[in-house]
Amino acid sequence: MSTPVFAPWNDPNETPLIRFKGVTKRFGDFTAIDDLTQDIYAKEFFALLGPSGCGKTTMMRMLAGFETVTKGRIELAGQDIAAVPPNQRAVNMMFQSYALFPHLSVYENIAFGLRRDKLPKDKIDARVAEMLKLTRLEKFARRKPHQISGGQRQRVALARSLAKGPKLLLLDEPLGALDKKLRQETQFELMDIQETTGTTFVIVTHDQEEAMTVASRVAVMDEGRIIQVATPDGIYETPNSVYVADFIGDVNIISGTAKANGKDQYFVDWGVNQAPILAHSERPFSEGQECHLAIRPEKISITKEKPEEAENAVQGKVLDIAYLGNLSTYHVELPGGQIIKAQTANTRRLSRRGITWEDPVWIRWNATAGVLLEH
Amino acid sequence: MRRFALIAVPYAWLLALFLVPFLIVFKISLSDIALAIPPYTPTVKDGFSALIQGLDFENFVFLTTDDLYYKAYLSSLQIALISTLLTLFVGYPIAYAMARAPQEWRATLMMLVILPFWTSFLIRVYAWIGILSNEGFLNQFLLWTGMISDPLTILNTNTAVYIGIVYTYLPFMILPIYAALERMDDSLIEAAEDLGCSRLTAFWLVTIPLSRNGIIAGCFLVFIPALGEFVIPSLLGGSGTLMIGKVLFEEFFNNRDWPVASAVAVILLLILIIPIVLFQRNQQKQAEAEA
Amino acid sequence: MKRLSTFNITSLTLGFAFLYLPMLLLIIYSFNASRLVTVWAGFSTQWYGELLRDEAFLSAAWVTIKVAVMSSTVATILGTMAAYVLVNAGKFFGRTLFSGMIYAPLVMPEVITGLSLLLLFIGLGLDRGILTIVLAHTTFSMCFVSVVVSSRLVSFDRSLEEAALDLGCNRFEAFRLVTLPIIAPAVISGWLLAFTLSLDDLVIASFVSGPSSTTLPIKIWSSVRLGVTPEINALSTLMIAIVTIGVIAASLISKRSAVRAQQDAQTAERTA
Repeated sequence: MSTPVFAPWNDPNETPLIRFKGVTKRFGDFTAIDDLTQDIYAKEFFALLGPSGCGKTTMMRMLAGFETVTKGRIELAGQDIAAVPPNQRAVNMMFQSYALFPHLSVYENIAFGLRRDKLPKDKIDARVAEMLKLTRLEKFARRKPHQISGGQRQRVALARSLAKGPKLLLLDEPLGALDKKLRQETQFELMDIQETTGTTFVIVTHDQEEAMTVASRVAVMDEGRIIQVATPDGIYETPNSVYVADFIGDVNIISGTAKANGKDQYFVDWGVNQAPILAHSERPFSEGQECHLAIRPEKISITKEKPEEAENAVQGKVLDIAYLGNLSTYHVELPGGQIIKAQTANTRRLSRRGITWEDPVWIRWNATAGVLLEH
Repeated sequence: MRRFALIAVPYAWLLALFLVPFLIVFKISLSDIALAIPPYTPTVKDGFSALIQGLDFENFVFLTTDDLYYKAYLSSLQIALISTLLTLFVGYPIAYAMARAPQEWRATLMMLVILPFWTSFLIRVYAWIGILSNEGFLNQFLLWTGMISDPLTILNTNTAVYIGIVYTYLPFMILPIYAALERMDDSLIEAAEDLGCSRLTAFWLVTIPLSRNGIIAGCFLVFIPALGEFVIPSLLGGSGTLMIGKVLFEEFFNNRDWPVASAVAVILLLILIIPIVLFQRNQQKQAEAEA
Repeated sequence: MKRLSTFNITSLTLGFAFLYLPMLLLIIYSFNASRLVTVWAGFSTQWYGELLRDEAFLSAAWVTIKVAVMSSTVATILGTMAAYVLVNAGKFFGRTLFSGMIYAPLVMPEVITGLSLLLLFIGLGLDRGILTIVLAHTTFSMCFVSVVVSSRLVSFDRSLEEAALDLGCNRFEAFRLVTLPIIAPAVISGWLLAFTLSLDDLVIASFVSGPSSTTLPIKIWSSVRLGVTPEINALSTLMIAIVTIGVIAASLISKRSAVRAQQDAQTAERTA
């Protein structure tokens, strides 16, 4: 028996925790959020990913109550939250700057929200102790925020926003201020804490790696719209547009026109004097329609000799080699001038790398290796 | 050698024109009044031993016997304290609004706060005479609106002194509070609201504590000069307004009692040492917190 | 995108009205035709004419300017030296006393400073006049100058001076050719501050001035004690106008140089 996969968005019987219904937000003439509809389910770890200015922070601030909705409605557990001020929402936020109160100790920072609820002192003590334990901060309870490290501050901010046991926790670039190594460790910590507490997390980030690591679903945003919502592997392997494919990871885009070739198979005409590329696609394309083949570098293999029986093979010339330790990326220039990136894993420590600059090489990939996109 | 000259020149200047005069004040405060020029005894001409023997605490004893003096000290403290608090209540909302104003306005607002400081202190105090007098602008305005039927007597009372001090020292209160509030991260207020504070509790629990150093600095910057103030009580205050700066001035110029005037000055200085030391400590603590 | 709330707009409006209305009334009523200062009787510039014909005011103004120029210049030199000593000289005998003497005059009540200096001048047998006022003003304004200059010197990069020494300057040349041009804005504002303080001072000048050296504040003081007069309103208006023009000009100049520096940086970026 396998454990059931966590995917409430595929279950028609689940009711979402948060519903954005046709939400628009304008600042003067500027439209930050454009007629956006989206459901988020309980216990999800939902990531809003996009470049700065795409509206992800505005979405989060509307959930927290710091921005009002211009049009449409946002529901939390079935209720419209427009009229609820931020201090009465069962939503807490972890701020990008952490916003720790510099005049209060770690303990007092975590207790701040509990005290607002007028809880009895022993209850507060117990809850703060629990939070300190969860975030491994027991030793620092008496310190002031400026007396602890950046990573510890981040954990105080997390503990403070979780202390009230919110239905929904919003995290605004929670790891942005940490260095790379600490960030990777903390990502796993965040996931553990999210699982332990069973809280719904909505995270805003511009770091695609971070979103892919922590989230159950990722929403890629651009100019006030959500372009695609899917699980991390869904976003990576089946992007719905060139924008998403390009935003997440490295990709080669080959543009051309489609020509049907049996069920779910198309030929892509992409250059004069070039054999058409064979591509698999469940999305239908009409005859002669413009299309873009998005294909990840690691799905392309590179050889010196012409491969036999390849579904797609093109000859080119090595322009650049980037040795990254675990991987090597080859930039191959095709006769038409297009540059294709191909990646190989360096699985052996000592091996002769037979391919070098200016070498004529062959690159090949399968019909199912790439995704055929309309735009 | 050059280093020596660099240090010695300003050092000697300050010794000769700041420290030595003080010691003279201290010495004269221990001398007796005399009908001579200078009007005190003993002087350096009497020789060193006579100089020492001639000194006593008689003038300080005199200050305690005549209740004019301790009343003047107490009333100076009271006036300085009340006007400092009034300045805080007037200045804080202005500083707060400045810190919340759009970035591009702030430099202009700052300049508008500082500009009165560059104009003559005397003229700024003088401007209030025309406003507060019985037939002044304020009374004319209030009579016109019908809020009062008889002119209010404000000029030559302590109220006029409070208004004068608040008006002239307001920039000293606004600037340090503004500096503290401007540094504050807006997300702290949002965080407080997010954790369940209303606007008012967030202000009380976060904004006020974080601007504490600015408030303290501003209060000292108003309180210390207000305590020794002379121009404002003389121009706006009445005969009943007792402030020590005024008493000292009158003692010196009208009564020509130099020893008593010096004793008054020495005591004023002793009273001032406490707030000055406290102020220095606050500034130091702030500097350390920023470092 | 931040907008001020009604409360904040109200407190700014009321606050600045409180700061500026008294001066505005003063200016308006300096153009009043009537001698009665609170009753408007038509526009007139006659008080300006009377003011400019008043010999006593003119000579007081001349004395004040002479005193202010001399005292602020000496105070700027001494204050800059003192600031340099405070920031750079390290430890020396009596350093605590030295810094104490720099900061104490800032908070000293003017009546005490005035009294103590007068007693000194009498003890020395110095005749009271312009010289004594200059000495007195220099002493307290050098402290303000040194505070202004030392706050700039603290953020001054010492390696610039070391570079000058490394390239063959002696200490004085390094100061004159490198440090001084860089801290010049602070030195200039120190001078302006000293100048204003001297122009403004009534209490200390009352103690240390003689009959032949009446400064403008002393002159104003003696007429103001008798109540409001339109000549003083006119004089105040002139002084406010001069200061306002000066401050606005100074801020425009510094703004323009900031804008120019930014433009230069952009041009350099583009051509690089």
